[in-house]
Amino acid sequence: MDTSAASTTALELARLQFAFTVSFHIIFPALTIGLASYLVTLEGLWLWTKQPRFRELYYFWAKIFAINFAMGVVSGIVMAYQFGTNWSFFSTFAGGVTGPLLAYEVLTAFFLEAGFLGVMLFGWQRVGPGLHFFSTIMVATGTLISTVWILASNSWMQTPAGFTVMDGRVVPIDWLKVIFNPSFPYRLLHMTAAAYLATGLFVGAAGAWHMLKGRTTPAIRTMFSMAMWLILVLTPIQIFIGDQHGLNTLEYQPAKLAAIEGHWESTPGESVPLILFGWPDMTAEKTHYAVEVPFLGSLILTHKLYGEIPGLKQFAPGDRPNSTIVFWTFRIMVGLGLLMLALGLWGLWLRWKADLYASKPFLRFAMWMGPAGLLAILAGWITTEVGRQPWVVYNVMRTADGVSNHSVLALSISLILFVVVYCVVFGVGLGYMLKVVAKGPDEGGGPPMDEDNLFHRPARPMSAASGNIDVPAATGN
Amino acid sequence: MGIDLPLIWALIIGFGLMMYVIMDGFDLGVGILFPFIPARDERDLMVNTVAPVWDGNETWLVLGGAALLAAFPLAYSVVLSALYLPIVVMLLGLILRGVAFEFRINADRGPRHTWDTVFACGSYIATFCQGLILGAFIQGFTVSKNAFAGGALDWLTPFSVFTGIALLFAYALLGATWLIIKTEGDLLERMRALAQPIAITLFVAIVIVSIWTPLAHPEIAARWFSFPNIILFSPVPVLVVLSTLALLWAVNRDSHALPFILALALVFLGYSGLVISLWPNIIPPSISIWDAASPPQSMGFALVGALFIIPFILVYTAWAYSVFRGKVRAGEGYH
Repeated sequence: MDTSAASTTALELARLQFAFTVSFHIIFPALTIGLASYLVTLEGLWLWTKQPRFRELYYFWAKIFAINFAMGVVSGIVMAYQFGTNWSFFSTFAGGVTGPLLAYEVLTAFFLEAGFLGVMLFGWQRVGPGLHFFSTIMVATGTLISTVWILASNSWMQTPAGFTVMDGRVVPIDWLKVIFNPSFPYRLLHMTAAAYLATGLFVGAAGAWHMLKGRTTPAIRTMFSMAMWLILVLTPIQIFIGDQHGLNTLEYQPAKLAAIEGHWESTPGESVPLILFGWPDMTAEKTHYAVEVPFLGSLILTHKLYGEIPGLKQFAPGDRPNSTIVFWTFRIMVGLGLLMLALGLWGLWLRWKADLYASKPFLRFAMWMGPAGLLAILAGWITTEVGRQPWVVYNVMRTADGVSNHSVLALSISLILFVVVYCVVFGVGLGYMLKVVAKGPDEGGGPPMDEDNLFHRPARPMSAASGNIDVPAATGN
Repeated sequence: MGIDLPLIWALIIGFGLMMYVIMDGFDLGVGILFPFIPARDERDLMVNTVAPVWDGNETWLVLGGAALLAAFPLAYSVVLSALYLPIVVMLLGLILRGVAFEFRINADRGPRHTWDTVFACGSYIATFCQGLILGAFIQGFTVSKNAFAGGALDWLTPFSVFTGIALLFAYALLGATWLIIKTEGDLLERMRALAQPIAITLFVAIVIVSIWTPLAHPEIAARWFSFPNIILFSPVPVLVVLSTLALLWAVNRDSHALPFILALALVFLGYSGLVISLWPNIIPPSISIWDAASPPQSMGFALVGALFIIPFILVYTAWAYSVFRGKVRAGEGYH
């Protein structure tokens, strides 16, 4: 292998490693964001109506929240170091902007974890209901503030602003412009809504699963109903936000947009059709087997019948993102979004016919849609990140110039280690989380995480029964 | 401009790193001691002593990484890319022990034994890698044009392997003395018996590192042995000897907190020795905190958040530790 081929392989391996670790990670914060706000809603409803089903649901989802949060913390440690280990030139160059944003994210998460999470999970008997509710609100606020910092950092890499380059590195000039860069508001709203939708689909699937098993307690009906309302209301809003985000991308990252659409030729004055399906070919510079709808491309992307969309050929071959990938990941995301829309409308129809909790096909559909939100988030992130290529900071620094000089061997070893450990650890973790979900809410049960339970976690009664099994081997020292 | 931002940030990061070493040190130490205490109920007890605090302890590591990127992006980039493999393996070790910690609590008998093994292995891996990293850091890095220019295995030397092993003893001592505070009866006696040989071994390791380092690095030798430094810094080795002797004495007395305090003193003295040897370089042997600093606009902006939130974190941490103070008994929680 000659050196340039080796460095291309090393670059692809480094990108793959980042994609792998961040994709595993994002699942947990997405559910954390959604569940935290859901817990606020549940506790508020419980304080307001005093109906025990809301408290049962709070205890139930707080348990799942805690497991999910812990996995988010451990997978997040890796992210805090990977910018240095694998993207050292990027970090040296852009650390002046991305560093403080990341530091604020960590400080916010630390603040939330240190201060209010403890009260929220362990403090039922230590503080009054008002202060407990306040703690839940603060935890939810903390997750949203963390989202703001991370998306400010990512959006800055997509549409950098408020900085200058001095002595070969980025120097921030105006922090407000850095944070509120052109794509930030759209990305923040899109991701927050996505986290809520993913959580709603997860909660709804849990409810559907229990009802298909014949468990229809008031609490289970309530969580299912709440999830279906959320999906009904939020999916159209999310589609609208996504559309606005698309207009923003057309303005600031036209090459990404052309790649998403598999659109090669610039045709001023003519309408651009929408390619529903096809196979964009990067070497042939065309999209094979395209199934097109006339006018629709211009209409959706410019909101005009004859609106112009720059084609990929307008950009030098070295400046084009991989259209084959983003064309399809985008369609997976949109397809899942349309399924969510269908789920919400079907639920509304059944609600009107008073059949929401009984229709088996609908419950099955809702159950299978459980992971759809998380899959859509992954597809969306792949679209926006692969679509940013070949830049790591858009039009400022190329990804190839940001990567550390590691050998293919070192990268392969670490990638294999990551894959093995993550699959085992987070596989078991997700399995454990689903086991708790499958147990369902306790009817009339007490706070599951309160000190009398949680601080005894190595469940003493059980281990007292089996405590001495290892003792014969123990006496050696 | 009156404020020396790189200096303030170096102090903050240095403080955070020390908090991490002390706090994650004793809970990693609990994992290191696992092979010596095979009985399940005693292991439960050991884990119980760190259950409410371990994840808070680990958050200092995340904070340290983010703060380093914000304040000294060059150091973050050069040091982390130079130490690529040990850092990846250390992080994976921490992940393994973190989740094993949670899973063992909820596992049935058979799997619990597996998770115990994972917990101990993860603790050994993470600690040994941190020691390797420490040794490699003292050795310094080859830097050219603001980037790491050495080889992929530069960190692997007899010296770094030695510091890796030495750190295992340091954390084991923190763990054993922590358990002297938190346990009683038979387990307490065994921790006392373990603490003595560990303390002696650690002392020998500190002596060897203290001789090896100046021999290998003339500039560090000059730092310590020139006048008046030799007098100014002489309390450090003297206090190391006194702390070790006091520790060996205190372990056999009825004192429960003193051995841990003296173990902390030893770790703190070792840390001070490191700072004296390397100051003001953040990428040894020659790039200082001022050379590696991020733009003042970045340091200042991040400082606002750090100064606002870190005091709150410290108060909360102190509160959490005081809530869970005292002995942990089988069949009881943390009251």
